[in-house]
Amino acid sequence: MKKIEAIIRPEKLELVRTALAEIGVFGMTVSEVSGRGRQMGITLQWRVGEYRVEFLPKVKIEAVVLDEDVGKTLNAIVRKARTGDRGDGKIFVLPVDNAIRIRTGDEGESAI
Amino acid sequence: MVNNGDTAWLLVSAALVMLMTPGLALFYGGMVRRKNVLSTIMMSFVLLGLIGTLWLLYGYSLGFGPNLGGIIGKLDFVGLRGVGQSPSDVYATTVPQLAFMIFQAMFAVITVALWTGGVVERTKFSAFLILAVLWFTVVYCPVAHWVWGHGGWLAKLGVLDFAGGIVVHISAGMSALALALLLRPRKGFKEKEPMEPHNIPMVIMGTGLLWFGWFGFNAGSALTSGGLASSAFVATNASAAAAALTWMVLGWIHRRPSVLGVATGAVAGLAAVTPAAGFIPPLAGIPIGIVAALICYYCMVLRAKGGIDESLDVWAVHGMGGIWGTLAVGIFASVAVNSAGANGLIHGSGILLAKQLAGVASVAVFAFAATWVLGKIVDRTIGLRVREDEEVVGLDISQHGERAYGGISP
Repeated sequence: MKKIEAIIRPEKLELVRTALAEIGVFGMTVSEVSGRGRQMGITLQWRVGEYRVEFLPKVKIEAVVLDEDVGKTLNAIVRKARTGDRGDGKIFVLPVDNAIRIRTGDEGESAI
Repeated sequence: MVNNGDTAWLLVSAALVMLMTPGLALFYGGMVRRKNVLSTIMMSFVLLGLIGTLWLLYGYSLGFGPNLGGIIGKLDFVGLRGVGQSPSDVYATTVPQLAFMIFQAMFAVITVALWTGGVVERTKFSAFLILAVLWFTVVYCPVAHWVWGHGGWLAKLGVLDFAGGIVVHISAGMSALALALLLRPRKGFKEKEPMEPHNIPMVIMGTGLLWFGWFGFNAGSALTSGGLASSAFVATNASAAAAALTWMVLGWIHRRPSVLGVATGAVAGLAAVTPAAGFIPPLAGIPIGIVAALICYYCMVLRAKGGIDESLDVWAVHGMGGIWGTLAVGIFASVAVNSAGANGLIHGSGILLAKQLAGVASVAVFAFAATWVLGKIVDRTIGLRVREDEEVVGLDISQHGERAYGGISP
């Protein structure tokens, strides 16, 4: 099992969710996050003059998938979340020790 | 003799001015960081309770009681003794004195609320309450008497202040500056940490309520419901509109036409036209508004460059807007508009302008100095500022045990 953490543009969330559903990845946790990378921040205005905001809004998707599904999951996210400009985001893949479905107590791969 | 039309208008105006204080609370509350929004709102809203009580107990008497040496009102009206359903002999003689008294109460409330914009996000609430009582008693009531009291020394000099350019805006603006200097900047201000306004739509709601209430403030200050109130109403809207538009252009020249800028411009225009509204031809509101936006905009730039954390620019908008508007009375005033007024530079002579300058200077200096001393006294005794850890966690939690926006549970 692997955990996919994808940080993407907020406006790409719906496209990515649909693409993942098509390959059978239904479960995910989504959060609104702020972050920075090569896109850097943004300059906003005060009543006079301006100020700098160093973090921009992104969406983080967390999904745990079977090892054999990692490739197509990553592929789907990259295909749908990419614009080619700075700020498209990043994906991290992490190992997962175990998973438990709270309702039934199922453990391991059958819980995801 | 009580006139029903005048009474109806003045009572409605008092209610309109009352609404300005919650309006100001939203105007200020939206401009601070989210951890301090309740604290900022509270510093305005609580004054409806605090000053709303003190005004009846003794404030009205200090401001409008029988004159004592041109400086202060005597205590004859303490606890509203003799203030009833019949008109006063000298103030608003066509409405019950109770109506005039409650109209004035709302001015006292919002004037104290105005200077809180200079000290947000770092002032200890208990110290603020004590300072508010002292300031109301030592600065507001005397200045109201000087300018509006029967026999007040600035009134006798011939200084004109229709609805509070001097009494409300200059006194609040200069006091905010004094307190901001005394309190020193918010933690992180010198390091240029972003102090992002957390809810600009809230600022716009507040601006809308202020603009709405200001019709009671200025047109209500005619104290009658006829032509003069109408003239002041139009002048007020003219200045607010012209200033909002001017500020938008200034912001656009620099970068983009910001919403916060338009709102700020409107308030600057409203503050500036306040002393003038019932003395000037209505159309003079337009030049007053345009110049107000220019002056307030560049004073704000200057304040920021000076590294002074007068946080929500009460000095730049109300202090300088009020000074400009008070001087503008000396330029645009005409007895054709208000026979109780005088002619300014355009319609007569420069004498009125000189008198206005004297009024501006004396109240600006007095408000700054007296507020500095009062602030120093409170700071030395109980401390004006919250502890550093309280400031970091935010005043909503540290001073009030509340948070504005609920947590993760439904």
